[in-house]
Amino acid sequence: PHALVFLEHRQGILDSGSLSALTAAQQLGGKISALVVGGPDQVPGIVEKAKKLKGLDSVLHSTSPQYSAPVPEVLSPLFEKLLTESSPFTHVVSTTSSAAKSLIPRVAARLNVPAISDITSLVHDAADSSTTFTRPIYAGNAIATVRAPSSVSIKFFTVRSTAFSAASIQEGADAETLAVDPVDVPDSPTQHLKTTIAKSDRPDLGVASRVISGGRALKDANTFASTLYPLADVLGAAVGASRAAVDAGYADNSLQVGQTGKVVAPELYMALGISGAIQHLAGMKDSKLIVAVNKDPDAPIFQVADVGLVADLYEVVPQLIEKLKK
Amino acid sequence: MRPTPARLLNILVPVKRAVDYAVKIRVNPQQTGIDTNVKHSMNPFDEIAVEEAVRLRERFKDEVKSIKAITIGPPKSLDTLRTALAMGADSAIHVEIPESSPSPEPLAVAKTLKAVIERQKEGVDLVILGKQSIDDDLGLTGQMLSGLMGWSQATFASKVDVDIAKKEAVVTREIDGGGEEVRCKLPLIVTTDLRLKEPRYASLPNIMKAKKKPVEKLSASDLGVDLTPILETLKVTEPPQRVGGGKVESVDELVAKLKEAGITAV
Repeated sequence: PHALVFLEHRQGILDSGSLSALTAAQQLGGKISALVVGGPDQVPGIVEKAKKLKGLDSVLHSTSPQYSAPVPEVLSPLFEKLLTESSPFTHVVSTTSSAAKSLIPRVAARLNVPAISDITSLVHDAADSSTTFTRPIYAGNAIATVRAPSSVSIKFFTVRSTAFSAASIQEGADAETLAVDPVDVPDSPTQHLKTTIAKSDRPDLGVASRVISGGRALKDANTFASTLYPLADVLGAAVGASRAAVDAGYADNSLQVGQTGKVVAPELYMALGISGAIQHLAGMKDSKLIVAVNKDPDAPIFQVADVGLVADLYEVVPQLIEKLKK
Repeated sequence: MRPTPARLLNILVPVKRAVDYAVKIRVNPQQTGIDTNVKHSMNPFDEIAVEEAVRLRERFKDEVKSIKAITIGPPKSLDTLRTALAMGADSAIHVEIPESSPSPEPLAVAKTLKAVIERQKEGVDLVILGKQSIDDDLGLTGQMLSGLMGWSQATFASKVDVDIAKKEAVVTREIDGGGEEVRCKLPLIVTTDLRLKEPRYASLPNIMKAKKKPVEKLSASDLGVDLTPILETLKVTEPPQRVGGGKVESVDELVAKLKEAGITAV
């Protein structure tokens, strides 16, 4: 097999989810090429970093002003070109990011092949050119084992980043780099206007080793911030939220943990005032240590929590901060 | 100056019948799937899509010429179409498959939708559908349809501003860590995120009226599409069960548990 791994980056840094996708691709047991796309000011720095990654055979890169903030309509033709013209690639791999979720299915459909989303394990059978994946379905309440047979000429899949460790830099690694001409899309039906990334000094929710999450019990945006942020700061944790808290406007929607928000699996997940709807559990139940504080002793969150405390979070959190600081 | 000729919007809303979001699903003993003998309803993201279409009608009135709902599914999927009609869709298409058939894969669904779009005499300007279905959680159909049509796509939409005269839309999308705005030419495929619209409950009179709205019945062969799955589902299993339920009585005990796990202040 020969995998093409889509390596995403933001502000000069390789996306850690993409590094997990690279680890997943290594399990196919064949060659691996990475693809980096971006604007002229982005690509050279990222390629320098990418070529030192463990397990990479080559880094393909394509540079165009159109790739600075690319939309799928602009990137898809580049992928189509790479995957059709006497393509060596048998697999196309990416992390389950919002960018890849938009792009990968579009490209797959244009090449008339299926795609498999958010896989958590994989095994490639080189003898019959089939690849078997597991992936969560029904909000993680069931696990499907799915095989892409040899008739699927190029197997597209996205990788759940919490299921694979991030590929690391290897001392002395120096993968071959190959420039690929961009495919000009002069009249894209979609134009990027602007991107607004919620700014935070805290660790990124998707990769943080500790997460403090709040639910509807946090009352309003101010209470949410004044209650959770000091505790998050003491623990060096990212902040997350339940859907209820996001819908009520207490927290930005980029903080939502759950089936349709972020899926996280940190060392510590602390759920404060979160009841634990199925859709929320889907986003955090693979966390190593789950701590829950809730006034309601029957809250479903306690069924998955390793450490549950039935109490008023407004009494618990200040004490917790004080005792942790000691 | 001549007035701009009136332009009209034809909207297609694909919907899916799925196990209700509140049902705790069970894997069947044969490990071939889940017990489907439970409550089903319209995929929640598709409800949001129907709501968005109906709001466009409420805003643009007669400029929204048609709102057509479509589903691909067994006979019972007709209920889902009736829900869409009761919410405000004008008519519906049911691509019926036998009860025993496997659920078609997103690529086959996209091909079916493409075939249906190509049959519409008035054309289709806007397709609105859920960003994912809460059963298979794949999240592929909208983008695949967009790829097959070569149309503009706006996934994970939280706000859609259509300008019918200019034949374009500005869409706010939810992306990792924030939001993004894109300007899309019509025809356009929009996939809905949670906060795009709050779906309405259909009123009883509207539910009654929906029973009389037209539903066109088609088959895969009418459309020349093959719905046979390409991927093989080898088995469906229960996830590893988490042993939770541990309790402590005080903050001191909680802190002790954290320390035990190596978690201290930074």
